Amino acid sequence: MSSAPAVPEYKVLIGMEVHVQLATRSKMFSGAANGFGAAPNHQVDPVVLGLPGVLPVINRQAVEMAIQVGLALHCRIAAETKWDRKSYYYPDLPKNYQISQYEQPLCGAGELELPLPNGQTKLVRVRRAHLEEDAGKLLHQGASGVSRVDLNRAGTPLLEIVTEPDLASATEARLFGEELRRICRYLGISPGIMQQGHMRFEPNINLHILHQGRVVKTPITEIKNLNSFRALERACDYEVQRQLAAWRAAPETPPDSGKSTRGWDDDRGVTVLQREKEEAHDYRYFPDPDLVPLRVAPAWVERLRGQLVELPISRRRRYERELGLSAKEAFALTEERAVADLFEAAQAGAPARRLANLLLGPAAKLANERATAEGHPVQINDLPITAGQYAAVAQLAETGRISATAAASLVEFLAAHPGADPAAAAAAQGLLQVSDSATTEAWVRQALSANPRAVADYKNNPKKKAAALGFLRGAVMKTSQGKANPQLVSAMLQTHLDDPAASGTDKL
Amino acid sequence: MSHDLTARELRDRIVAGGLSCEQAIQETIEAIASWEGSLHAFNCTFPDSALEQARQIDRRRADGEPLGALAGLPIAIKDNLCTTFGATTCSSKMLANFHSPYQATVVEKLLGADAVIIGKTNLDEFAMGSSTENSAFGPTCNPWNTRCVPGGSSGGSAAATAAGLCAAALGSDTGGSIRQPASLCGIVGVKPTYGLVSRYGLVAFASSLDQIGPMARTVGDAALLLQVIAGPDPRDSTSWPQPPPDYLADLEEPLEGVRLGLPREFTDERVQPEVAAAVRQAVEFYRGQGADIVPVSLPHTRYGIAAYYVIAPAEASSNLARYDGVHYGYRTAHPEDLYDLYAASRAEGFGPEVQRRIMLGTYALSSGYYDAYYLRALKIRQLIKRDFDEAFKQCDFLVGATSPTVAFELGAKSSDPLAMYLCDVFTVTCNIAGIPGLSLPCGFSAAGLPIGLQLLGPAFSEPRMLRLARQYEKHHDWHRRRPPPPPHATARTPA
Repeated sequence: MSSAPAVPEYKVLIGMEVHVQLATRSKMFSGAANGFGAAPNHQVDPVVLGLPGVLPVINRQAVEMAIQVGLALHCRIAAETKWDRKSYYYPDLPKNYQISQYEQPLCGAGELELPLPNGQTKLVRVRRAHLEEDAGKLLHQGASGVSRVDLNRAGTPLLEIVTEPDLASATEARLFGEELRRICRYLGISPGIMQQGHMRFEPNINLHILHQGRVVKTPITEIKNLNSFRALERACDYEVQRQLAAWRAAPETPPDSGKSTRGWDDDRGVTVLQREKEEAHDYRYFPDPDLVPLRVAPAWVERLRGQLVELPISRRRRYERELGLSAKEAFALTEERAVADLFEAAQAGAPARRLANLLLGPAAKLANERATAEGHPVQINDLPITAGQYAAVAQLAETGRISATAAASLVEFLAAHPGADPAAAAAAQGLLQVSDSATTEAWVRQALSANPRAVADYKNNPKKKAAALGFLRGAVMKTSQGKANPQLVSAMLQTHLDDPAASGTDKL
Repeated sequence: MSHDLTARELRDRIVAGGLSCEQAIQETIEAIASWEGSLHAFNCTFPDSALEQARQIDRRRADGEPLGALAGLPIAIKDNLCTTFGATTCSSKMLANFHSPYQATVVEKLLGADAVIIGKTNLDEFAMGSSTENSAFGPTCNPWNTRCVPGGSSGGSAAATAAGLCAAALGSDTGGSIRQPASLCGIVGVKPTYGLVSRYGLVAFASSLDQIGPMARTVGDAALLLQVIAGPDPRDSTSWPQPPPDYLADLEEPLEGVRLGLPREFTDERVQPEVAAAVRQAVEFYRGQGADIVPVSLPHTRYGIAAYYVIAPAEASSNLARYDGVHYGYRTAHPEDLYDLYAASRAEGFGPEVQRRIMLGTYALSSGYYDAYYLRALKIRQLIKRDFDEAFKQCDFLVGATSPTVAFELGAKSSDPLAMYLCDVFTVTCNIAGIPGLSLPCGFSAAGLPIGLQLLGPAFSEPRMLRLARQYEKHHDWHRRRPPPPPHATARTPA
């Protein structure tokens, strides 16, 4: 028997099951309010409680949201979809069955174009996406052995999205989760707040190991209920290493043991076996006789398609190709739909480059500072600056009336004084660029005399020449409080430095 | 006095002021008092609130306010309909103390029409049975012979209506549970087209088969009650979206040139001779009235019971999963763990027939058996529907016996589930196809037990089906016969 090589050649295959809670007004099958944070068992009604005699009624808004996600993922939308009961006993499941879609999901095969860090994209095939209802929650009360049931979450509409095993690493799994969250937030179907369980990930993982000229497939494991991107990536990483180690320990074991289910222990950083294949539930699926099949008219789908917003990947591409922004800038601007919308609204009246600099520079910095001070997330679009104001600031910079430094100061001023007129504020705050030669000349002289070492470097050290010039330019801008015209400053500096006659430095 | 009137007459008299609602309700309460000891038709009655409601109706009438279609009528409802008053038990230990926080749609409609709900009637536990002997609270007896069963599962409603303990009643019919007890108790029972009456608040047995329907002493009373309870309900996705037609407008008009089909499969040797003879006479009556009688065949009827006992238990096994001792209902006293809480609560809370059907249904839906049982039953369901479609190309309605036998003695079939299942041999296919069915009295056996005639029609044919039934009723007086007084009752004062 040959022993396994220390580092075998292998491929990682990860398929994802994602549960997204849909932010509908009411629950999947009843009029009870859908939301987070109410006192236990206060977002319930007889239908949610599964009382005798109640009947489910399909939430139209949930179906529309699901179709929108389906369209965003290029899924085939079913012309007719039906509902099945999935049976299992658990105290958080009031009817002891879950209404789901087993045989005819609302959304069939599709794909998600996943942007990768190297600037390329990868197509991840979507197998299906279907609607179902969420269960409640059990609150185990420590040592007392008492468990309490909170059914607020029960009946919340869930969209379960299932992919093919197209993700090749833990990082890709995380990137997929992040991109899907972005899409959901763009569509407005979920705020995607991970701490509130709006999205839960269940990766299915195995390895294809090249061993003695043939491919050995390790048994698939499913990791249940990961609700942060960090946990998702760590759990996938751990599981890859665990499967590799398990194979290495017994490379000849026939890998026919089927799919097992594991949980993620975040504190210990390990996955833990929950259920072997042979213990798998028999869910006894059958069509729910309380619901009629739902016919999805093509006109309905087309109307929803017409309402779709432009998705992040398409916006990124446009920003790069049409607006000449870098991949990094395009990614940053499209992270939040509201920021991208703000950018595009402002971009109607000002150059994209300037706007991107303003939003990702001073505005992003301000938002971060506010977030730190206020202890909750603050996005760029949360600042009290309108698209029109950003456009005006960018225009002032573009026409040379203010410098980049002054533009940043102006953004700060506008954030602190909502509603102020940018041009008037620039004037009042003394931010307008000064192109007057005498004044500029004075600032240049002041900077040169205050920084003899830089001057010496420029003149005597060819290696440091460029850096010294940049430093001196910065010094002038600082002295002028950002008002100096950078082009004029550069020209004057060079004149002074290259022609000592024109400069007072040699007199010092 | 009031129980000798039809519900429509009683309502008219109350509205006209010829009789106070309070008096009518008082008489009903007294009738219940004299009969209940020998019948056990009710799981609970509401004499105080009923009288209070009656006095309100009398006051409103005196004030000249308009009164509803069921003004002042004492109505009994099967105890599997959710009410915010009284318990909703389904005659099960599991729900013996269950008080619903919401009202069934039909109950809201009854109350909206000024009906006085007098009590909730006994049934086979969770409506599973054909004799009302499967009640956790003891059987109901047939008022025509208290040693006999009233049929089931709506036996309490049937017995109460036959004995005059209410003006009319609601039952539910999953495989014959309105029509068979109506037949055995000598009253009219209607199983409406699936979807005509909202099921919201009807404790589900088999969702694709269950329908609520009226049970009354006359066709007109059944039509009146159906008029009130039928119609779309946004809370029931399976309810038919169109408003119901007027069932009373043309009720007295006989059907001209009607074609009645006699299904060959409904006249086999299992039908008691007296029942067969009564049905033959009814058919002859219709022929005499000008009807065309055509022989038809429903070849898949013989698979009806088998398909029914896969589909209904499969749905029941899922519908009844919620009774687990966790959230409400019966809970075992000292569970060892979660599994034991489930297993013991259900073993102690459900009676044997309910457990039998849950096990049948769970098995039929299990992985590996699903195709052989559940899917095959669904195929038979399609074939049975097609049988009816074909038959209704040749005829307007089908006629036959509702039940192969008259009421049998208590205990006669209790130990033989299959014999009990065969009580529904002529009624189940109607539920499987979702079409309407009606049973009306068409004679009595030599022993004085009622015989029922079943009419089956295409979906939503209730208006004409009721007219066809009324046509028969108008020329017969079976519906005027009353059961003998209860064995130990004090003689009632003649009106």
